[in-house]
Amino acid sequence: MQYGKYRFIVGFLVAPLVLYAVFVISPFIQTVYYSFTNWTGVSPEFEYVGLANFELLWKDDLFREAFFNNIVLLVGLPVFTVLLALLFAFLLNVGGTGAGVRGIAGNGFYKVAFFLPQVLAVPVIAVIWAVIFSPESEGLANSFLGWLGLGPYDWLASPDMALYCVLWVLVWGSVGFYLVLFNAAMSSVPRDIFEAAFIDGASRLSTFVRVTMPLLWDTIQTSWVYLAILALDAYALVFVMTIGPGGPDNSTQVMALRIAQEGFQNGKAGYASAMGVVLFFLTLIIAAVLLRVTRRERIEY
Amino acid sequence: MATQRRTRGDISVTAASHIVLVIWSFIVIVPFAWALVASTKTTREIFGDPWSLPADPQWQNFESAWDNNVGEYLLNSVIVVSGGVVLTMLLGSMVAYVLARYPFPGNRFIFYLFASGMMFPVFLALVPLFFVVKSFGMLSTYHGLILVYTAYSLPFTVFFMHAFFRTLPTSVAEAAVIDGASHTNVFFRVMLPMAKPGLLSIAIFNILGQWNQFVLPQFLSPDKPLLTQAVASLLSNQRYRADWGTVFAFLAIAMIPVIVAYLAFYRQVQSGLTSGTLK
Repeated sequence: MQYGKYRFIVGFLVAPLVLYAVFVISPFIQTVYYSFTNWTGVSPEFEYVGLANFELLWKDDLFREAFFNNIVLLVGLPVFTVLLALLFAFLLNVGGTGAGVRGIAGNGFYKVAFFLPQVLAVPVIAVIWAVIFSPESEGLANSFLGWLGLGPYDWLASPDMALYCVLWVLVWGSVGFYLVLFNAAMSSVPRDIFEAAFIDGASRLSTFVRVTMPLLWDTIQTSWVYLAILALDAYALVFVMTIGPGGPDNSTQVMALRIAQEGFQNGKAGYASAMGVVLFFLTLIIAAVLLRVTRRERIEY
Repeated sequence: MATQRRTRGDISVTAASHIVLVIWSFIVIVPFAWALVASTKTTREIFGDPWSLPADPQWQNFESAWDNNVGEYLLNSVIVVSGGVVLTMLLGSMVAYVLARYPFPGNRFIFYLFASGMMFPVFLALVPLFFVVKSFGMLSTYHGLILVYTAYSLPFTVFFMHAFFRTLPTSVAEAAVIDGASHTNVFFRVMLPMAKPGLLSIAIFNILGQWNQFVLPQFLSPDKPLLTQAVASLLSNQRYRADWGTVFAFLAIAMIPVIVAYLAFYRQVQSGLTSGTLK
């Protein structure tokens, strides 16, 4: 029996573990190894160069630009997404008419509509928005703002605006997912809690800030981390949507794009690996900081 | 008096809520609707008044997209994603089950090894991954992509199915063991059928995730493009310059199956995608 049990455990684990080790773990470890070499990615020969790649990285203006662009996304994406998703989730849950607290009519429709961008591939979304943001006055975005007497703007062709266009598309695509997430968490809060707050004379707004937010804190905290990781990536969107990609004038460069360009186009696999290592630690630090800073006592209900 | 005031206030709050929600619905839906309508327009119409309908629906845009191999890319995506999801679900639930139900030395270590994979984006390891796949001669092959997709889907699948197997009652499996069923039989005949709801949610998550995957095929399958790669090259590819009707027909072909499937299964899709994040 005992023998059979261990044979079974090994039998079930061996294939997935080998697959995972070969395609996931080993490339991650190799990234660290190659970051200390001058490997081009083409020739089989390379030398150990110590920390030279990291020193070079420290003085690399383009990488620094990419880093600060990621920071803009890192701050903007979670803040706007979480705020909008919370607002919509609140309106869906307590915006209804009637005695006590009701969900709003059409709740189901809104959830289906808002979630839609989440199911479509990033390249599809990127192509659509790239055309919407065309600089001509007939572009969809300019035509719409024209009604309000604004624009026309250059959008992705403007070095000052392009990054914010990327941020907008990221937020636009993420809100629905977090709305559904917050909505599910809110629905699991017993109705009595909201009703008790109402009977005590609390306004909708104070109910939201004092009752809903604390009860959702765990979910919000997880969302910060996921959105931060998404903001550190942004590769697919930038690659497909922006001019260059990464332009104009490198205004939409992000670290992931630098890795792909240096590693595959410029034949600097070692240098690109060093960027990967920096990004790895950055991800780790940001996740740890976010979990730490936002830590609160868990509320049981 | 007090109740009346509350009710009137209620109505205005509800109206304001609807206005905000309807505005956002428009912001989300209009780009997709506009793109779908544009697929039946001429290039001149697409860059004319964006709010107009086509004078004469240009269905030949779809023929032209078909002539540009959209069917082949679609087929490549279907093959890779079918293989990837089946293998992911099989291997992922095997690992999750063993880790959830059989205590042995190293159990926690293996669990964290898989779980930690959820944290890090794939492009951190992209450069070496390319050379690993190349060294096996698996660049631009179906089986290469299927194996890589599976490996990168395992962390999430194992993490979620692990939690799911823990919630299942042990009594049925124990009864089966007493009746002389082997461990393997218990897993395939008893536990997997019981785990159907969890398997379904995670399968949907993986289907969408792998269908929309772009970074992996872009680097690992340059000579056998999948649909997302083909879409991504629409803007940069000279072939489509000045033929925007074809570009949008191409997009429509990529979008419509996903939108139809989403509308048919939105409940499962939403719970499948969010349950993973909620733990």
